[in-house]
Amino acid sequence: MDRLLHVSAGVCLLLLVMVLVSVRRSHIRVEYSVTWLVAATAMLALSLARPVLEYIRKLLGLPDTPLAVFLLGSAVFLVVFFRFTLIISRLRDDNIALAQRVAILEYHLRALTRHEG
Amino acid sequence: MQPRGSGSLLVIVPAYNEEGAVGDVVREVEHHVPGVAVLVIDDCSTDATVAMARDAGARILSLPHHLGLGGAVQAGYKLAFELGFEYVIRVDGDGQHDARDIPRILEKLKESGAEMVIGARMELPREQWRKRRLRALGTRFFRIVLRPILGKPVHDPTSGFVGVNRRALALFSASFPLEYPEIEALVVLQRRRFRFEEVPCHMRPRRTGRSSITALKSLSYIVHVLLGVFVNILRYDGRWRRPRLGRSSGAGSGGGG
Repeated sequence: MDRLLHVSAGVCLLLLVMVLVSVRRSHIRVEYSVTWLVAATAMLALSLARPVLEYIRKLLGLPDTPLAVFLLGSAVFLVVFFRFTLIISRLRDDNIALAQRVAILEYHLRALTRHEG
Repeated sequence: MQPRGSGSLLVIVPAYNEEGAVGDVVREVEHHVPGVAVLVIDDCSTDATVAMARDAGARILSLPHHLGLGGAVQAGYKLAFELGFEYVIRVDGDGQHDARDIPRILEKLKESGAEMVIGARMELPREQWRKRRLRALGTRFFRIVLRPILGKPVHDPTSGFVGVNRRALALFSASFPLEYPEIEALVVLQRRRFRFEEVPCHMRPRRTGRSSITALKSLSYIVHVLLGVFVNILRYDGRWRRPRLGRSSGAGSGGGG
């Protein structure tokens, strides 16, 4: 049980470091790093605060603590994935609209050049 | 390329790597509908599609990167709407659609007042049916699914040989399905209480190349389209405003069908 919590804490720490390094190198925009930092910090806190985990386990009526860690981790990261799916969908729509606009403007520009020529 | 008077028609030809067929498609359209404006929408082809289409006399709308069929068709609709065309007929770049049917589709658009006219495939001959069994079965399946949604039967919901008038152009410039546009576009139309009609047309086999549709892709197509149809039925668009005719839809959502 303790080993599992230590592994979980280690993974969260690694994630925190990875996100911070990526932000520092400008591989991730700060606004998108916040979601990962909050998720990793929340999971790290839960992994280190065993009484809190026990309380949650009893609250949810779960048979053992590892299952509580697994469920909470899954829930947190599902929310993160959902948020990024929203962002990707919006970016894709914006990207398509932009590509169409570029093509149409280029068309008008060519027509204008032809007209002037 | 400017609309000439009322009832102006633009033929759009979405094409992606169709160097072997697109030139003939353009020439055939110009032969059967003399004087018509033809716009080839090049979906960032990597072959000589643009050169072939230009040599044949078409105007080109070149997309900066590959958007897929829906994105390419919508780009054509947006340009046609901006330029003020009254009617747009879409002809596929692979040569499957017979340009002799274009005047009949245009006539039906004008005479019926329907927002969309579909060039519907006739029943396939037996030997073609065997080759295209999967597609024919898919079409039958969607006929059954769409019947209660559209409130009327549709013979060929997967046909890409489609004509639209300016009201549909305004709608599709703002919102058009991107992945598999044919079927979902019917649902988008139905939500606005727009009408569609069908005209029986002849379809030919592809002139060059091979269709990329496999059994697995067909299954994926059915699942995606079913999802798209039901999402379109449930879609909340309280902020949608019907664009006024004659006004540019420059701030359109860019898809998201």
